[in-house]
Amino acid sequence: MLLLVQYTLVFASVLLLVALGGCFSEHSGVINLGLEGIMVIGAMSGALAMRALPDDLPAILMILLTLLIAVAGAVIYSSLLAFACINFKADQTLVGTALNLLGTAAATVIVKSLNRAANPDNVSSEVSYISEKKAFIVNINGFEFSWFFVVAIIALTVAFVVLYKTKFGLRLMACGEHPQAAASVGINVIKMRWFGVLISGIYGGLGGICYIMSGVSQWKFEYGVAGFGFLALAVMIFGQWKPQRIALAALLFGFFRALSNVYTGIDFLNALNIPGAIYNMLPYIISLIVLAFTSKSSKAPKAEGIPYDRGMR
Amino acid sequence: MKFWKNKAVQSIICSLVCIILGLLIGFIVLLCIDPSNAVEAMVIMLKNFWKYSKLSLQVKYLGNTLVKTAPLLMCALSILFSYKLGLFNIGTAGQYVAGACSCLYAALAWGWSWLPCTLFAIVAGAVWGAIVGFLKSYCNVNEVISGIMLNWIALYSTNMILSKVKESASPYTVHLADANTSAILPTLGLDKLFSGNTRVTIAIPLSIILAVVVMIVLNKTKFGFELKATGFNKNAARYCGMAEKRNVILSLAISGGLAALGAAMLYLTDFEQWEVTQSSVPAMGFNGISAAFLGGLDPIGTILSSFFIQHITSGGANIASLYCSQISDLISSIIIYLCGFVFIFKFYMNKIIAAKAQKAAENSVSAGNEAKGGKA
Repeated sequence: MLLLVQYTLVFASVLLLVALGGCFSEHSGVINLGLEGIMVIGAMSGALAMRALPDDLPAILMILLTLLIAVAGAVIYSSLLAFACINFKADQTLVGTALNLLGTAAATVIVKSLNRAANPDNVSSEVSYISEKKAFIVNINGFEFSWFFVVAIIALTVAFVVLYKTKFGLRLMACGEHPQAAASVGINVIKMRWFGVLISGIYGGLGGICYIMSGVSQWKFEYGVAGFGFLALAVMIFGQWKPQRIALAALLFGFFRALSNVYTGIDFLNALNIPGAIYNMLPYIISLIVLAFTSKSSKAPKAEGIPYDRGMR
Repeated sequence: MKFWKNKAVQSIICSLVCIILGLLIGFIVLLCIDPSNAVEAMVIMLKNFWKYSKLSLQVKYLGNTLVKTAPLLMCALSILFSYKLGLFNIGTAGQYVAGACSCLYAALAWGWSWLPCTLFAIVAGAVWGAIVGFLKSYCNVNEVISGIMLNWIALYSTNMILSKVKESASPYTVHLADANTSAILPTLGLDKLFSGNTRVTIAIPLSIILAVVVMIVLNKTKFGFELKATGFNKNAARYCGMAEKRNVILSLAISGGLAALGAAMLYLTDFEQWEVTQSSVPAMGFNGISAAFLGGLDPIGTILSSFFIQHITSGGANIASLYCSQISDLISSIIIYLCGFVFIFKFYMNKIIAAKAQKAAENSVSAGNEAKGGKA
């Protein structure tokens, strides 16, 4: 049971972080379907950083440096989306999809070639970080408390304050509702949308590194992040683009995702004798059902997905 | 001037620019990893089947590339068909999986022959696509997100269902050649053209015929016109009395059927078996996106682009000993990214052409005036 709580919190943190990223981007008016790829690149940068950093680094430095490098990688990568979609008015769905495919392909190529350079016989796309991971975990009587919970809560608070309590956040949201109106009062829509996408890069990178450290101590980059970027978008829609609601939605989805990891340890679920594949499908099925019921009365930003055209009314 | 204004010419130029830039970036990546083998690897990848010296072997391996081009083309047509309506059917990958699952299960568990297996696959894919369409038109669910969810649901259920017909010692499904030869697609003598490559079946000509059919449906029928009109302006189409909701569901069902047929075209040749432990959705559906956009969203262009994408993917597998085979995935994903710039590129191209045309017109007018002035 403790394990279920632990995994629920881990997956909820990932979903919360990435969904908040999507939330920033969409409030600025850009649909960021590339979150999955951004997560992969963030995870890769973080994992490689962990491997490169010396093991005896103080825990706090280890955590900060890893997160910083993960975020840096993800932000640089998300600028590809911003550049194409904001400056060149490219189709946001197409570019997002390209970034997802590119993320997994690039991460696999990079990790494989680094592995091969270190040891010519090693052709896997795996990075392991067993000793480094210890810096992130505090074991309390068998419950593994991860510093990522703290990161997620800070990120949630920051997102709430920035979006609703600062001039910047309100302007950002104006750009997603009616960019021409925002521009007419002197807001630079292009700049605001860039900020929206780059902030989503920060959150996506944090989510990515958090995801690959969720249970295991090594990650094969061929697998990407198993649709988590899209689950996070479902969480965001279920949370109606509001940070506090997104947090609740993330907990719910995190719970179902955690079930598939730990159901064998729970006697009651084991007795039901349901195949493991069903539990694997559960988060996706739940999100489909939830989306079917919540999308109708959507509170989506009005101008999301539409490239900004100064001359349009 | 007329030549440059031609839409087909513009699309071809854009696609070529995307390909060249994609290959160039891929080459730079290879140089960064290991400069000593970069040229060789690039040549091997681009040559693919030409790397064999004997003609008979070249033709045989060309056959292998074509076997995988057929399903890719179907996936690309699937993407293209729904994109005409403004829907981005990323669920093609899942509809492809649904098709693979149903045709293999029907062939292996029930012993059906190839035709009913194929039809069953099409139905399964169409249902899987129609779910996306239903959610889109009646519940306003973004088709990309529901498509991705259905991809994963399809993958896990397929793994579960096909575990019942897998080989006892390996995670792969039983070879059709051992279990049920009647389910293998007929070759109609095509194998003789490809040095006895029995994987070359009617799937290849059929996929090309279907590309032409898709073109005719989109360009010459009322249904195709309605789809495109709805894609241009949903509200205007509804105002004209077009059944928008029905068209959304129908087009996604057809799109799903095409993708699933693609899966049947691959798995019913016994070229590949399904691995029931795979933990990611097959790349075929996603590569279809590259092929569709690289082909300029035109069915005929898509035939060429599908072949190109499959050509470098198959070629990429040959460089695994020098680099990793994902280089070709990297290149095709860069190509999709670059395709995002195509619309703006065409926009500027037309602007330049228009400016030049205007200048030419002004020149001829002023030249005419001068000539008149000379006379007077």
